Amino acid sequence: MPVATGEHLYGMVIDVDKCTGCGACSVACMSENNIGTLPDETDKIRSITWLRVYQIDNGRPYPDTEVAFFPRPCMHCGGSWGGFFQQDADPEGHHTPCVSVCPATATDYDDETGIVSQIPTRCIGCRYCVAACPYHARYFNWYDVPWPGGLEQSLSPYVAPRMRGVVEKCTFCYHRYQQARDKEFAGGEFGEMDYQTACTEACPSGAITFGDLNNPEHQVSKLLRQRHKHAFRLLERLGTNPKVYYMTKREWVRKRADNYLPGEKIHRFAVGS
Amino acid sequence: MTEQGHEHKRRSPADWWLFVVGLVLFSAIGWVVTPAIIYAEKPQPLNFNHKLHGPDGDAGKSCEDCHSFRDDGSFAGIPRVESCLECHEEVMGETPDEKKLVEVYIKGKKPIPWRVYAKQPPCVYFSHAAHVKNAGMECTECHGDHGTTEKLRPYQENRLTGYSRDIWGWAIHGWADPPERMKMDDCADCHRENGVREACFVCHK
Ligand code: HEC
Ligand code: HEC
Ligand code: HEC
Ligand code: HEC
Ligand code: HEC
Repeated sequence: MPVATGEHLYGMVIDVDKCTGCGACSVACMSENNIGTLPDETDKIRSITWLRVYQIDNGRPYPDTEVAFFPRPCMHCGGSWGGFFQQDADPEGHHTPCVSVCPATATDYDDETGIVSQIPTRCIGCRYCVAACPYHARYFNWYDVPWPGGLEQSLSPYVAPRMRGVVEKCTFCYHRYQQARDKEFAGGEFGEMDYQTACTEACPSGAITFGDLNNPEHQVSKLLRQRHKHAFRLLERLGTNPKVYYMTKREWVRKRADNYLPGEKIHRFAVGS
Repeated sequence: MTEQGHEHKRRSPADWWLFVVGLVLFSAIGWVVTPAIIYAEKPQPLNFNHKLHGPDGDAGKSCEDCHSFRDDGSFAGIPRVESCLECHEEVMGETPDEKKLVEVYIKGKKPIPWRVYAKQPPCVYFSHAAHVKNAGMECTECHGDHGTTEKLRPYQENRLTGYSRDIWGWAIHGWADPPERMKMDDCADCHRENGVREACFVCHK
């Protein structure tokens, strides 16, 4: 379980067995976060999708072929958990891969929410963080988004648009946290449903669950407690300590989530304890 | 043979005068000419008289009547033209500003394109609920006496960034009054004093 230094620790649980790969989460994310369409979107190396859906299969011929989909937002790595290569990791500090390499402090780890920020106006475009991120969650703006036909009029005012030359990534829809806080400041209550990411809301099969991992009442915590045998994270042994958990009952999917050697036994990490 | 290189020459009064003239000249360029080059003056669509509309004026409205919070805690900001309709359906006075308000904006059903002095860059998130409702701060703490002014002062826009001059303040030293500046450091100074958390994702979005 990630280290809890602050009040909240926002995280996600994605049920891989429920995901149909429809891509609604990606689309919702793009419209929520002012992500534009470039003139050539077939150039996948340069196109931007904060939340990308990856497809894997079990590598067996028909009729034994099975596929699974991995929606991949930013993992918001806590990074302090003593992983395979980091036996002596500092349990209090954070060694989030992208944050630790940024020479401009354009990204930081918020102890209160566990969210890794990205401040594009501060970014100098060196792309060190893009290289450091093992999940390819960070994207570089190779071009200015053209916003044809007055489309920029429909941009969301809650999310700052970016320009070419800077890096951007999923923020767990942090602006929705800000709006929920506003409601709380005005005397309302900050409930679990007041802060949900756009992808969570868009998922038609309910595969994505979002909430506060520190709050035992939240659905994410409950899921991790109930189904901790099925829960895992991507490239867990790197010790990046992500806050996005995946769940599956299928053993082969779990194996593909980390670089296991053929025949190697799955190394179980205590999840949700 | 005189050792010219080692001769110690005393400064004449003329040298000192030249120094003073240079200092004054370049300070003047820095303090007066540079801002004139950087900032473009943009007119407001019409003059709004806060004193007249406020609690002690003819209209006798309170700040909250026009600048209200919505139920979800968001701040409504500058009121919409519809809220002026209550009194300005027809022209009451003689001023050209009111005439323009009624004829162009109210009858034409167009929003008034006010320029907001306090406007922050798009990447900045500011919450009025946090400061006014929760921390109990007065409007004057950040906006100076804008709520009691009779005339709108000129709005100045940075030609390079397009941001309002108020963010960086009207004087480099920062103790001009009004308006107070509202830079990142100014926000952060007060936050540090009050123990608000320091992550970038407090004021940024
Ligand atoms: C409660 C009634 C009331 C409301 C609401 C109101 N006004 Fe007025 N307004 C007045 C009165 C009274 C005057 C004085 C008219 C006069 O005698 O010139 C005035 C005058 C004005 C003038 C001319 C004043 C000058 O000195 O140039 C302008 C411009 C104006 N109002 C704009 C607005 C705008 C914009 C709104 C909406 C945000 C608004 N008013 C809403 C009552 C109101
Ligand atoms: C009749 C409605 C009305 C009332 C009452 C009113 N305002 Fe305003 N306020 C406006 C309008 C219209 C604007 C936009 C024009 C401007 O900038 O002054 C505005 C703008 C402002 C601004 C924004 C300045 C900026 O940064 O551009 C502040 C601050 C403000 N008002 C404070 C106050 C305070 C404080 C009071 C109470 C003393 C008050 N207002 C009462 C209508 C009102
Ligand atoms: C802590 C400082 C602070 C306090 C206190 C404060 N404001 Fe503001 N206000 C700001 C800042 C900063 C902005 C610019 C926000 C932005 O651009 O996102 C602003 C913007 C505004 C605007 C323009 C909003 C728009 O439409 O863009 C109005 C109107 C306003 N404030 C009125 C008030 C009133 C009325 C009060 C008192 C009840 C008040 N403010 C108290 C800092 C403050
Ligand atoms: C004069 C003091 C002061 C200034 C100036 C000030 N703030 Fe604050 N701010 C506070 C206080 C006090 C709180 C804590 C409110 C609370 O939680 O009770 C706060 C809270 C906030 C919050 C909410 C934080 C949360 O916990 O969610 C935001 C956002 C914020 N400020 C943004 C800004 C920005 C942006 C500026 C500059 C434009 C600014 N503030 C200027 C005193 C200030
Ligand atoms: C207390 C609130 C606050 C915090 C915390 C904060 N900022 Fe800011 N930031 C602002 C405000 C207000 C502005 C706009 C005024 C200015 O340019 O100073 C700003 C402007 C900026 C700008 C310039 C944007 C532009 O378009 O000109 C950058 C870059 C920036 N901040 C980066 C950061 C980074 C990186 C962090 C975290 C290490 C951070 N900020 C934390 C309030 C804050």
